[in-house]
Amino acid sequence: MATTTTTTPQSIEDTVVESLVNFGAEADAITRDATLEDIDVDSLDLVELTQVVEETYDIDLEGSDFKTVKTVGDVVDLVVAKVG
Amino acid sequence: MRDVVITGVGAVTPLGVGARVLHERWTAGACAVRDGEAPCADFDVTDHMTSKEARRADRATQLAITAGDEALADAGWGDELPYDPELIGCVLGTGIGGIGTLENNHDLLRDTGPDSVSPLAVPLMMSNAGSAALSLRNGLRGPVFSVVSACAAGSHAIGTALRMIQHGEAEAVVTGGAEAPLTPLSRAAFARMNALSPTGVSRPFDARRDGFVMGEGAGVLVLGAGDAARARGARILGTMRGYGASGDAHHITAPHKEGRGGARAMSIALGDAGFTPNDIDYVNAHGTSTQLNDRAETLALKLALGERASQIPISSTKSAIGHLLGAAGAVEAIATLLALRDRIAPPTVGWEEAEEGMDLDYVPGTAQPLKLSNGRPPVAISNSFGFGGHNATLCLQAA
Repeated sequence: MATTTTTTPQSIEDTVVESLVNFGAEADAITRDATLEDIDVDSLDLVELTQVVEETYDIDLEGSDFKTVKTVGDVVDLVVAKVG
Repeated sequence: MRDVVITGVGAVTPLGVGARVLHERWTAGACAVRDGEAPCADFDVTDHMTSKEARRADRATQLAITAGDEALADAGWGDELPYDPELIGCVLGTGIGGIGTLENNHDLLRDTGPDSVSPLAVPLMMSNAGSAALSLRNGLRGPVFSVVSACAAGSHAIGTALRMIQHGEAEAVVTGGAEAPLTPLSRAAFARMNALSPTGVSRPFDARRDGFVMGEGAGVLVLGAGDAARARGARILGTMRGYGASGDAHHITAPHKEGRGGARAMSIALGDAGFTPNDIDYVNAHGTSTQLNDRAETLALKLALGERASQIPISSTKSAIGHLLGAAGAVEAIATLLALRDRIAPPTVGWEEAEEGMDLDYVPGTAQPLKLSNGRPPVAISNSFGFGGHNATLCLQAA
C-alpha cells in the first residue's frame, strides 16, 4: 500500500499518531514530547508500528533502530530520516 | 486435607453476561441457540475493557477477562488481593486457544505475505493466553498456566486448581475455562467429522439428537482454602469436594461404548470427596447431544452410580447454551453450583423423546426442586469428556 500522496514530515507524524491511537493510546496524551512509557506504548506496539510504516513508506526498520527512541517525536524523526 | 471453597463466580455465556443470568435463564428453560450456533450475542467487549486491552486479546481471552472480573468482584476481592499474590494461582482450560486469531493471520500470510502477519499473533493465539491475561490483569503471581484437554479442559483446570490448594501450593486459584470457536475453520472441521448437529438443535439425551451445537463463552471461579476464606469473612458459595480424571485409551474421538472411562472419573471423584452414590442429589451431565456421548454417558452413570442413577435428576446445560468446548466444564461447574444453592435441577431444554436404554430422569421441560432427605447441603457431580478419551468429573456441595 505505497502512498501516492506527497510524503511530508507532517504526514508521517499523522500516520504515527493515528497508529498509536489505533493501538489504544489516548489521542489527547500524544505529543512530540510524550514518552512512549507515558502513553503506555510498549515493544509490541513498536513492532506493530514498524509494520505500518514499512508498508506505508516502503522502508526497512530494524529493532536496533528503536534502541535510543524515547518519545513520540523520536519515533517520528526516525521514520522521517528513513524515508529521507 | 484442607477443604476448598468457592467464593466467587463469573460467566459470559450465550444466555448473557453474568453467572446469575446463566443460572436464572437456564432454570427458566431458555435456549440461546440461534441458526444452529450459540454465540455470546449480548457480549460487547467495549463494555468490559479498554481498546488496548481488547486488541491484545483474542475473543476467547476477552471472554475470560470479563468472566474473571465478575468472579473476583463476586469473591469480594477489591483493589488489594486478599492473600500473598505469590500464593494465588490461575489455571484456565481451553480446547483450542485463539483459533480466530490463527485463522485471521493465516489469511494475511496467504493473501499478502509473511510481513503482514501481526506481531500480536502469537500472544493472542497461544492456548495459555487466557491464564496469562488474568494473571497480568490481577497481579496473580502463583502458579499460572492453562490446561488443554478438548472438551474436558474446563473441568481439568478446576480439578488442578483444587489439588494446588489442597497441597498448599496456593491459598487461592482463579480457575475456569474459555473458548471462542465460532470461526470458519472450526465450523468446517467439526462439521466434516459429523460432530455438529445438521439440524442445528441441541437436544441431549433425546432420541432425535443428531450432533452438538457449537457455542462460545467463559466461566471463572475463585477457589480458596476454606480456613483462609473463613478467616477473612468471605461469603462461601459452596465447596469443591472432589475431582476424578481418567483416560479411555479406546478411540481418538469416540467414547468407550460402555462408558467405562467416564464411570471411572465419576467413581474417583466420589471417592475423593468421601461420598457414596447415595449422597449425590443431582448430576450435571456432559450431555453433548451427539449419538455416541449421550448413550455412553447414560451407561457410565449407571455403572458409577448403580440404582442411584435412576433416582436423581440429570440434566445438560448444553441444551440451553450449546457446547462451549474447553469452557464447558467451567461454565457447567458454575451452573451446577448455583443450581445446588437454589436446591433445583434445571431442565434439559427440549427433551421429549426417550430412546431405548436411555431411561434416566433427564429433567424434561421444567426445572425440578431437588428432593433432599438428610438435611445436609445438596451434592452434585459435573461431568466433562473430551476428544482423546479425556474424562473429568467434579464433585460440588452447596454451602
